[in-house]
Amino acid sequence: MTLNATLSAYVEGIGLLGPGLTDWPSSQAVLGGQQPYQPHKTILPPPALLPAAERRRSGAIVKLTLATGLEAIAAAGLDAASLPSVFSASGGDGENCHAICEMLASDDRQISPTRFHNSVHNTASGYWSIATGAMTTSSVLCAFDASFGAGLLEALSQVVVDNTRAVLLACDTAYPEPLYSARPIPDAFGIALVLAPQRSAQALAQITVNLTDASADRLDDAALEALRIAIPAARGLPLLRAIALREDQHVVLDYLDGTRLAVAITLC
Amino acid sequence: MDLATFIGEVEGVDAVQLPVHLADFDCRNNRLALLGLMQDGFAEAVRAAIAKYGAQRIGVFLGTSTSGILQTELAYRRRNPVTGALPTDFIYRTTHNTFSVADFARHYFGLTGPAVVVSSACSSSAKVFSSARRMMAAGLIDAAVVGGVDSLCLTTLYGFNSLGLISEQACRPFDAQRNGISIGEAAAFALLERTPEHPQENLSADAVLLLGIGESSDAYHMSSPHPDGLGARMAMQDALKMAGLKPAEIDYINLHGTATQSNDAAEGKAVAAIFGPATPCSSTKGATGHTLGAAGGVEAVICALALQHGLLPAGLNTRQLDPALDLDYVLDNREQPVARVLSNSFGFGGTNCSLIFGRVGKP
Repeated sequence: MTLNATLSAYVEGIGLLGPGLTDWPSSQAVLGGQQPYQPHKTILPPPALLPAAERRRSGAIVKLTLATGLEAIAAAGLDAASLPSVFSASGGDGENCHAICEMLASDDRQISPTRFHNSVHNTASGYWSIATGAMTTSSVLCAFDASFGAGLLEALSQVVVDNTRAVLLACDTAYPEPLYSARPIPDAFGIALVLAPQRSAQALAQITVNLTDASADRLDDAALEALRIAIPAARGLPLLRAIALREDQHVVLDYLDGTRLAVAITLC
Repeated sequence: MDLATFIGEVEGVDAVQLPVHLADFDCRNNRLALLGLMQDGFAEAVRAAIAKYGAQRIGVFLGTSTSGILQTELAYRRRNPVTGALPTDFIYRTTHNTFSVADFARHYFGLTGPAVVVSSACSSSAKVFSSARRMMAAGLIDAAVVGGVDSLCLTTLYGFNSLGLISEQACRPFDAQRNGISIGEAAAFALLERTPEHPQENLSADAVLLLGIGESSDAYHMSSPHPDGLGARMAMQDALKMAGLKPAEIDYINLHGTATQSNDAAEGKAVAAIFGPATPCSSTKGATGHTLGAAGGVEAVICALALQHGLLPAGLNTRQLDPALDLDYVLDNREQPVARVLSNSFGFGGTNCSLIFGRVGKP
């Protein structure tokens, strides 16, 4: 591909939560290969920042985005209310969708307001703004298996074009049967990145991204590679691995069929 | 469906046949999308853009709230009575998944540039203009297929019913007696290209310019707008700022105007706070119903028609204006020169987007 623009930004904070990965600081040795990866079911912390009524109603995707997003923003030393946000998820809340579809196929179709609130794709974004007080713009995206790449491109274009910091929240949650057989996402996984247009004291790395037709990088560890394949948000793991290794690297992240993201990573 | 309500159903959707090689995408939402793509020479315009820029330089940015979820609702009626499994002909990826409508459009035209669905409820297909603008400004694309598609499904009908927001009549935006929304379905598309230098010389007089975009979040409640329309106000002000326009330079406002008590009250206050009582405005949802994730796209097209035809469209079904809202609400069509218009799209979850469009030539 020619005529290809590049988009560049500084990573100022990282949030990570998934099976066997409890946060970014403790996951770096695992991603870097210094410690074995031991998968176990993702543990979602309660969303302490939400008012009690919203906390009771919130599903897995709300807990996951709040945990990863706040981790990344705290690491960057920023105020969540000040940041434009990009939420990218490969689908809606599977548990909630299952419950609604079961009711709609029954004789009693009167689904509850809470079920309906949690059915929209922008549930996490809505709760995020309530929890953090952020009145900034929020882009809420879906691109099926390409959702991590789509979210990264959207966040980078905000950083570059609007000359602003932005937080990317790429999160997916598990699907129950019988939906699981049609969409086998086994567990919750999320990556959050705070991206900035200029280098600052807290910058971890500069990333420069362009479109490519090269194949996406795989992870050497078989279990981590299985995770990367199984959950779309985990397609961002090769980027996090490069930062964990503290090496300047080029990686190729999965995106659309035939179009991937080439990412040059320069440590700060 | 056993709800007493008025539904804006598009005729002929069931009869639409997808191309054989895209049969996996077959669902009501993608049939409606194809019906929309085939209107008004749109597909021809996209093909001309492919010839001009190349398929890899055109992005796809579409809004939807529920995509093809109806397909899953129907599959749940046909579960295996023993195992509970969904029927084997159910394909999640290309029907139910939120991305399927953009993926369908991408495959239909053979486009290979960036593609995404924006799904922020009723602001979805307004916000696609913003994503496309940024990606064009960043140099990743030269043109974009933008718009929105949302089709009828039970999740939405029973969901809004659970909130007590559905009217039993055709909705009456900004009416003193308004009592809720009418749900509709729609597909609307626009082809965005970079504005050339000297647009007055290089574009036809009928071309429509995207002049400004403003986006905000209410940070208030999942299904109620901020009572004073604070987020709405921020979105309109940011759109005016990007366009470099004063409020008095806007000739018409296409309101979000859903006809719920709380939306119209909050939006009315926000509009009055910025524009005062003199700017003509109306909600066209009395004519279209609330097409949710497609509404921003539909109303962007209505704004383009207002600019091209010099027509301010009346808000249908509104009989007695809410006296608490001091606005110049258009109750009968007005023919007059129209140079710049603003369209509001505010969604569930407190997501707001305002777009400003203008004419190239003098009206």
